[in-house]
Order: sequence, then C-alpha cells, then structure tokens
Amino acid sequence: MTTASPLVDLRGITKTFLGVAANDSVDFDVRAGEVHALLGENGAGKSTLMNVLCGLYRPDEGRIFLSGEEVHFRTPRDAIAAGIDMVHQHFMLIPVQTVWENMILGQEDFGFILSKSAICRRIDELAGQYGLHVDPEAPVWQLSIGEQQRVAILRMLFREARVLVLDEPTAVLTPQEARQLFSTLRRMREEGHGVIFISHKLDEVAEISDRVTILRKGRKVGTVKTSGVGPEELAEMMIGSRVVPAVNKRAGGAGEAVFQARNISVLNDKDLQALHGLSLELRRGEILGLAGVDGNGQTELCEALVGLRPLVEGSLAFDGREMTGAPVRDFLSRDVRYIPADRRGTGLVPTMNLRENYALRHYWRDAFRKGPFMNWEAIAGQTGRIVERFDVVTPSLGVPVRMLSGGNLQKLMLARELDGDPRVVIAMQPTWGLDVGATAFVRERLLDVREKGAAILLVSEDLEELLALSDRLAVIHKGRIMGLLDDPRLATEEMLGLMMAGKPLASFGEGA
Amino acid sequence: MDLLVPILAAAVRSGTPILYATLGEIITEKSGVMNLGIEGVMLVGALTGFGVTYHSASPWLGLAVAFGVGAALCAIHAFLCVTLGVNQVVCGLALTMFGTGASSLVGRSLVGETIEGMRAFPLPGLSEIPLLGPVLFNQDAMVYLSFGLVFLLWFFLLHTRPGLKLRAVGESPIAAAAAGISVPTVRWMATLFGGGLAALGGAYLSVVNSHMWVEQMTSGRGWIAVALVIFGIWHPLRSALGAYLFGGVGALQLRVQAAGTSIPAPLLLMLPYVLTVVVLTGISIRKGKGILLGAPAALGLPFHREDRD
Ligand SMILES: Nc1ncnc2c1ncn2[C@@H]1O[C@H](COP(=O)(O)OP(=O)(O)O)[C@@H](O)[C@H]1O
Ligand SMILES: [Mg+2]
Repeated sequence: MTTASPLVDLRGITKTFLGVAANDSVDFDVRAGEVHALLGENGAGKSTLMNVLCGLYRPDEGRIFLSGEEVHFRTPRDAIAAGIDMVHQHFMLIPVQTVWENMILGQEDFGFILSKSAICRRIDELAGQYGLHVDPEAPVWQLSIGEQQRVAILRMLFREARVLVLDEPTAVLTPQEARQLFSTLRRMREEGHGVIFISHKLDEVAEISDRVTILRKGRKVGTVKTSGVGPEELAEMMIGSRVVPAVNKRAGGAGEAVFQARNISVLNDKDLQALHGLSLELRRGEILGLAGVDGNGQTELCEALVGLRPLVEGSLAFDGREMTGAPVRDFLSRDVRYIPADRRGTGLVPTMNLRENYALRHYWRDAFRKGPFMNWEAIAGQTGRIVERFDVVTPSLGVPVRMLSGGNLQKLMLARELDGDPRVVIAMQPTWGLDVGATAFVRERLLDVREKGAAILLVSEDLEELLALSDRLAVIHKGRIMGLLDDPRLATEEMLGLMMAGKPLASFGEGA
Repeated sequence: MDLLVPILAAAVRSGTPILYATLGEIITEKSGVMNLGIEGVMLVGALTGFGVTYHSASPWLGLAVAFGVGAALCAIHAFLCVTLGVNQVVCGLALTMFGTGASSLVGRSLVGETIEGMRAFPLPGLSEIPLLGPVLFNQDAMVYLSFGLVFLLWFFLLHTRPGLKLRAVGESPIAAAAAGISVPTVRWMATLFGGGLAALGGAYLSVVNSHMWVEQMTSGRGWIAVALVIFGIWHPLRSALGAYLFGGVGALQLRVQAAGTSIPAPLLLMLPYVLTVVVLTGISIRKGKGILLGAPAALGLPFHREDRD
C-alpha cells in the first residue's frame, strides 16, 4: 500500500517559544495510504510540530518537502492549498456560525454570493460517503463535541486534503465513538490519504497506526513500525526510563454523607439548561468519580456545588445545613475547596505572583492582615511552606505564575486548595495535560485528603483514572446522571461508554 | 397628520448621520475591532466635507473626500490596534480627542461661512405615497443612499463570502486564520471602511443638514452610534430603526423648544442621551442570548497568530 516517496517530509524543524524549544530539530514524514501516529506526553511538542506543518506557526529552522519538492508555507492557506489540513485539538470552528458556513470558511471558490443549497448538497454527499452525518444548517454551538469533531473532519475532506492531521481526536470521544473514528481513519487510509494521528495513549496508537514517531520534550526519540514494538517499549520511548509511580489506593471506610445536592438545575453561560434536576451525595473519606464526555454539564455542576453558579431549582446542603444560594465565602469558610479545570482563568491569575495567588484565596483571614493592611510576611511564609510541601518548582515566590510550567501550575493550585483540612473537594480534570510524574503526584495528594476524611468529587474524562481512584462512580450525560455504580470495579469500559453516550444504567438489565 | 409628517421626516434626516456612523461601526466591530474614535472621525469628516464643498462648490466631492479622509484617519487605528496590538479602547479615545482638537484648530477660518449644500430630491412617484412618501422619499440623495446601504450591508454580512470571512474573523480569529484567512487584512479593511462611513456621517451634518461648520457640531452623535451598535445587536436593519428613533427624539425636542414651553432647554437637549441610557439599560437587563450571540466574541481582542488562547 505505502509508496516510497512521502507525501510530506519535515526535516529538522525547530520552533522555540520564549527561548524554550517546543520542537528541536524534528524530522517527520507521512506517506500515502498510511496512518502515522505522533506519540508523546503532554507538552512534548506534538501540536507545535503539526501547527508548523499546517502553516499556522512559522518554524525557526527546518524545511518542508511536498512529494520531494521544497515548499514554504507562509500561512495556513498555503498549506490547505497544498492539500494539508488539520483537525485541531479545539477544532477551530466558529461556534455561532452554521455547519455549512464553517465548511467553506476561507475557501475562495464559492462565488461572491453564497449558494447555501449547493453547498449543503455537497456536504450531504460527502457525509453520506464517509458515514459522518451532520445537519449542515445547524449552528455549531448546538452540536455535541463529538458532532463538532465530525464537522471538522468532514471539512478536511470537503477541502480535498491529501494529508489529514488529527490532534488528539479521541480525547473528547466515548470509547464507542473512538472506534467509529478509527474506522473512518481506516477508510481514509484505503483511499490513499496520508493520516497523521496524534495521541498520548499507547493502546490507541497500537490499534490504528502503521508507523509511530515518538516525541519527548521537543525532541524526536525515533520512528518505528507499530507492529514491531510492544507497549512497554513505546512507553519507555515516550517517557524515558523514569519510573512511573504506581498509585496505591489505600483502604478508607466511607463515612456519612456530608454534602448533598438535590434535584439541582442550572443554566449555562448561554442561558440554556445545563443540569436537569441532578442529585448526588458526597461522603466522608470517599471519592465519587464522575465520568462523561466534556461539555455534558460537568463545569456547571462543579460551579453550582461551590456556590459560583446560581441554582434555578433544587438545593444544596452541607453537614445538614442548607447552603442553597449562600455566598461563595460561606462555602470557602466551611472548607469546601474547588480545583477548576480552567487553571489559568478560574483557578489562578496568571499575571500575579505566587504570593498574590495564595493571598487571593485567604486574604480575609485574620492571620494574613495587620489591621486594614495585608500581612505579606505571613502570606509569603505560608506560600513558601505549601510550595515546598507540594514540590512546586519556581525561581521565586515573586514570579508571575504564568511563568510556571503546566505541571507546576497545577501543583501550586493543588497546594493552595488542599492545604489545611479540606472537608469537601470538587476536583475537575485535576491531571489533565500533566506528564506521568505530575499526574501520579496529583492523584496521591487527592488520596491523602481522602484518607484524612475529605469528601471528594472527581470529574474526569480519563476512565482509567476514574476506575483507579473512585470509591463510587457516576456517569453524566446532557446534565443528567445516567447511573451510579457502588463498585466501579464491576464496570466495563464498554458499559461506561454506552452510559456516556446516554444509555441509562437501569436499561442494562440484570447482571449490570 | 400635519404635525406627524414633518416630525417623522425630520427624524429620518437627523437620524441619517448617526446611521452612517453606526453602519460603519457595525462593520468594524464585526471584524473584532472596536473603534471608539467615531466621534472624532465624524468631526474630521464634517470639517473635510464642508471645507471641500466650500472651495469646490461640489457637495459630492466634499462627501467623497470626507470618506477618504475618515478612512485615512482610521488607518492610524488599524495600524496601532491590528498591526501592533495596542489596547483598542485607549487608542479609540485618543482618536476622538485628536479628531476633536484637530478639527477645531483647522476649521477656525471656516466658522461662519455657509455653503449651498445638497437639496432635497423627491423621488418621482414614490414621494406621492401618503405618509411614507413625504417621510422617506422626499429627502436628499444621501438619505436614499443610506437606505440602500442598510440593505446592502445586511446582505453582505449574511449572504456573501467576504461577509462570512468578516464575521469569522470577529468571532474567532484563530479559527479564521487556521482556515487560511488573513486576519490582519480583513480587520484593516473593516476599520478603514468603517472610518470612511463615520466621516460620511459627519460630513452629512455639515454639508447636507446645516450647510455650515461649527466646532464640535457632532455633539456626541459618535457615541450614540457606538451605543446603537449594541442597541441593534450588530444588525444593520435594527440599528437603522435605532438611528431613526434617536433622530426622532432629537427632532421632537427641537420642535417642542420652538413651540415655546416652560421646560428648560437643557432638559430637552438631554433627551436623546437619556434615551440612550434607558435603552442600553433595558437591553442589558434583558441580557441573554440575543446579545451574547450578536456580539462578536473576539471584539476588542488583539490577535497574533502564534499566541496561545
Ligand atoms: N503558542 C505558544 N506560545 C508559547 N508556548 C507554547 C505555544 N505553543 C506551545 N507552547 C509550548 O511548547 C511546548 C509544546 O507544546 P505542544 O506542542 O502544545 O505539546 P503537545 O501538543 O505535545 O502537548 C509546551 O511546553 C508549551 O507550553
Ligand atoms: Mg497538543
């Protein structure tokens, strides 16, 4: 199937951001009729390399060859014209515009006045051909994340790309949807496209790719035939010879219920209903896992639980005390802690330094003020203590936190939120985007506070993580709980996937 | 009826300069650039239009040159905000102050002069329609042009390829860039065109409405235009209604004053501005989807292709 001369060939690509090399002299090529996986941990430089290929970033050094001829992509338009197209991690669709408008974005060959019906017909045709069904007239923001991805994939085909890049496409899919995606990718391979599949998940890479290139810290570790390597070898190439710390889940007796949400309904930022009468209960010394595809109401739920989002309906109770409509400060002072997914926005203020970010959370406490003034010495002392305890690597306490790497940023937030004696912890995607070391660290700290008796809600898209950490596991779909498993060990990935796609636990019948 | 028709006709006439500026600002903001320099640009346009007409005796030439000068003035805004990524609010305010000062300074020698200006041009047939005829079709050519422009821009934004590009750039510049659109080019063009229209609105005041140049003669119409963009939720047709509404309140206030009332004049003069505040408050209270969906998501945000988020 594969031919000798590659469709595209990247040679010696170097790209630095603020003096840090995201790509350091990387070679990469893809041939017609193959799926070439790009494997690496978060931050390894996978997206950067592909953004260079697609003309979005200009490389500092390196050359790009197209079927043997050197090309210079100044803008994405050049790359698209050359048949190279990408589904970005965040899709790059315009939410308020319709599917068909997104399809033709940037395309010049549709005349001055747009003919919707002709365009929609083309879309339907292509959609039928690849089994990627979408409603061309729906506004993109109304689509589920999975559907949006379908639109983005369809758009590459619509633009008649030969080289198709998919940046971590499975991160937003249920296991079943991922399988569907794989069959689409195989289809593309058969038709002679060159497919570049980005992932940090070994099993996916093993399943779908013909060759795999491994990146580590911006450098290429190697390119190998997928059939010729085992998962251990791949893992080692990806993370080096570092030992992956195993997370030991310690026994912990689940205690009494401390935090209850009853029939809560809330609206999202667009004023549409995000939660529909959802109930859950957090118990002392227990982790309640919440599985679900991103965008099914998880953010709204977390915000509602910590008092940041008003309830339209329902009630919250903590220690038997009514908390519905209570100000956020009441939640904070009762040691309800929140680890938001959005670290650089809701979690921390990127331009403020470590001390200030710590103070933001505690400034009103008597220990941190001298009359009307801030007691910066006390704040710095406490910040230093938690930074040390959580092993946050930083040049000083006075640097803006945006200078910290992703892992250290998350450690800092965790250090602030898990310090002291948390009673309730609402943690959303706490290990998202972290390397294996930092991930293990974060999980350990969550287990620590669990052991100390905190009631924890862990929201994650990573089923393995949920299965490893949760005492009980719930699945959310479109703002409703599809089911609650008292023993997550009994759950299969298959079953969780179906629940994430909207099949209630009750409908599985006996034996589930 | 005899009272209504003149007031409605005057509403259209005094709404027209605001309408031009509003349409210009809609185009600019749809690309993601906020231009708060409109007030200054209108003033420069008013002076330019008057000056050129005074010297050439051709109002059309005056209007055309005003458009060009307005666009040129907004090239400063485009350069600073689009190319260099300067804060758009600060830059817009500076442009307003510059336009106000410069037009006062340069226009000194023209204060007190008058020009022939432009005459009303009743459209044969149409102007005979009862009520609508005298209100809409017994006006000057610039009014008719503005009618056309409202529909043209609405059609452009919703149904043409360049209009789609413009909206995409204002919604998500990174997604537009990834689709191969040059974000700076689109934003530059939108800013220049918007500036030209604002200047045209200013020139309408001096060349068509009053036939003279008075310092600061826009008296806040540029700001009302900025508010009307929100009032119309970035939609040309709704904004046109808004412009006439405000023009109407202005015209009514003049008439009430002329009829001689015991209400102090400053209170009446406040009316259009009070209405602005009331309407904006009303819209913001109703909040919700309309505004969120109409407002360009990237409005006011500078864009560099290799920046994150
Ligand atoms: N636009 C950017 N500006 C600054 N730094 C960036 C930018 N894009 C990526 N980086 C940095 O480059 C490195 C590689 O990032 P990325 O290519 O996104 O990794 P991956 O896709 O493998 O997770 C990271 O350290 C990241 O912080
Ligand atoms: Mg990436």
